[in-house]
Amino acid sequence: MKTLFSGLKQEVVVPPPITKRTLELGIKYSPEFACLPLKVNVGNFIEALEMGADTIVMAGGWGPCRFGYYAQVEREILNELGYSFRMVVLEAPDSRLSDLLKQIKAVGERVSIREAYRVLKLAWFKLIAIEELEKAVEYYLPRALNKDHVEKIFQRGLEEIDGASQRRQVKELVQKIKKDMQALPCHQTEVLRIGLVGEIYTVLEPSTNCDAARYMGRLNAEVIRSVYLSDWVNDHVLGGWAKKTNHRHIVNCARPYLNHWVGGCGQETVGSSVDFARRNFDGLIQIGPLTCMPEIVAQSVLGRVSREWEIPCMTIYFDEHSGAAGVYTRLEAFVDMLARKKGQPGQVGAAGLQTSRPGVSTC
Amino acid sequence: MKRIGIPQGLFYYYYFPLWKTFFMDLGLEVITSSNTTRQTMDRGIAVAVDETCLPIKVYLGHIVEIIQHHPDYLFVPRLVSVEQRSYICPKFMGLPDMVRALVPDCPPLIDITIDLSRNERVFNRDLMRLGQFLGCSKRAVQRALHHAEQELRFCQTLASQGGTMAEAIQVWEGQGVATQEEGDLHIGVLGHGYAIYDAGLSMNLVNQFRQQGCRVLLAEGIESQVIEERAASIPKRVFWTLGRRLLGSALHMDQRSDIDGIVYTACFGCGPDSIIGEIIQRYIKHKPFMFLTMDEHTGEAGLLTRLEAFCDMLRRRRNKDHEDNISPYGQPAYSLEDPVFRLETGGSCSTAHH
Repeated sequence: MKTLFSGLKQEVVVPPPITKRTLELGIKYSPEFACLPLKVNVGNFIEALEMGADTIVMAGGWGPCRFGYYAQVEREILNELGYSFRMVVLEAPDSRLSDLLKQIKAVGERVSIREAYRVLKLAWFKLIAIEELEKAVEYYLPRALNKDHVEKIFQRGLEEIDGASQRRQVKELVQKIKKDMQALPCHQTEVLRIGLVGEIYTVLEPSTNCDAARYMGRLNAEVIRSVYLSDWVNDHVLGGWAKKTNHRHIVNCARPYLNHWVGGCGQETVGSSVDFARRNFDGLIQIGPLTCMPEIVAQSVLGRVSREWEIPCMTIYFDEHSGAAGVYTRLEAFVDMLARKKGQPGQVGAAGLQTSRPGVSTC
Repeated sequence: MKRIGIPQGLFYYYYFPLWKTFFMDLGLEVITSSNTTRQTMDRGIAVAVDETCLPIKVYLGHIVEIIQHHPDYLFVPRLVSVEQRSYICPKFMGLPDMVRALVPDCPPLIDITIDLSRNERVFNRDLMRLGQFLGCSKRAVQRALHHAEQELRFCQTLASQGGTMAEAIQVWEGQGVATQEEGDLHIGVLGHGYAIYDAGLSMNLVNQFRQQGCRVLLAEGIESQVIEERAASIPKRVFWTLGRRLLGSALHMDQRSDIDGIVYTACFGCGPDSIIGEIIQRYIKHKPFMFLTMDEHTGEAGLLTRLEAFCDMLRRRRNKDHEDNISPYGQPAYSLEDPVFRLETGGSCSTAHH
């Protein structure tokens, strides 16, 4: 996103990373029963406005999930707080195509279409590169002997990619970082494979899920996520134009458990769960923000998936009160149970010595 | 004769006359569950996932009850959309799947998809399949639907005369209902129909108000054209059918001089309520407003206290010479020296604020 907008000759204020303060600001000014992403959003925007942003770009949609109405509520909240800003909502137009063109034109000024296209491609390319790194971390973290090294390499890689300005450079960086990870010493025990499914925002944003995926990686469990940002952008914004999609396959997997699209990621959650079960995963973890409507539908159905495919399944909802320690205890217990089911005694006990709990204070 | 069970929950309160007429015309016997009680809720809570909202839990409770009467089919429609470009709520879209996964020993479900968001093609196709399944001709299905729509309109006309949809359904079924037309206060009560018209779920909210000497104005009592016009006045069209109806009604009530106060009833865990409730709170500027949240263990006494306080405050507000002695929004207009304020400290005022 950052690459895209700075390419459109606009100064970009990146909201600072999500901290405790972000969440507190969000909670203070958001409706009580709104879901977590809205609260984080509000916190982000307040911090960005404090840093001098004058335009907010926000995605929209036309239901039935709440997300489609976020921008409207956020505008009301921020206006009442006395900030002056321009809000650009990117959404498919309700009625006229010209509305969408107007929205895009409102953001970019003095930019030719060719320039915009080039920028868009670079942004997309970087996104893919970062995801490739994330997948590498998911693979090496449970297998490496020293987990801290893996994370350090990954962190350095992110910074380097952010600084790169050409496709070739990015490509080389990815290769180099992957090689570094490969060189790390690994242990020989078999790792557990856990599928992480659920609402896209909580799955993708580590600070909203207490970095659950990373933590399980440290417990020697390989966590595969059901959604990646590039898939989502590809399926929902670019209409499957940029790369091959397995969306249709996932939706087909959801039958006969959930036969209709339910907004948000509900059907994808169920479909991916079945897909993971078919691929003989050891367990499933569903995460979502508290009161998320599509995920509740999915959760209701997952019980049946779990019964019929005999795959253990746990649901964790995150809200602003999630104490990291509580979540980690549940994850540990789950991983422990899976290990015992698989006949690998003492996984957690052995790993536990090494696992200093990261980020208890940052969540 | 085959029997079909219709649980008394969710869209029962909007469409029961239509469904009942339709299935009776097609030669089925219709059985319903009894009114919502504590037991219904407990049954629902036992089978539902914890995070589910209250109306769905109650609905599942009704299903568990109705299964005990061994119906041949259960009518659980998949309500995606009842009008163009609008939806109901994600949970309604997955309802049949949820029922199948959660309720043990479920009889066959009749789960036709009602999706009018783009056109009537899917709906008509499912309707014809249903007709085939029940062994009826195309014409019989169409005639039954036509008749059913007539009955529904009749029932809606009944409701527009001041009762709730639940009462209108009772009248339509031939039972008498005592309605009350007097009362010195006129209060607008808003909320999803399956929450406020269900006497068990809402703890008889509407009647509680009537017993306090209030006349109640509901969304059904306002012309839908007026509601749509008012709802269109905000920047983005609301894409939930019920949400838009509530918002339009709230804005309309806010403008009306004969309304003394507005109450919004939300269900705990309801997604659209969390957004629509917030927007309504922000747009209502002229009337005292109370926001109630219902969940499965609301004590009735607590609710009653809040209603009494709200009504007391409205009466006091009206009996003062100056309209704006209690501000409906923002800073209270009282000073500490005001005798009224000193006699009864602000408790009742605070209910009006959010």
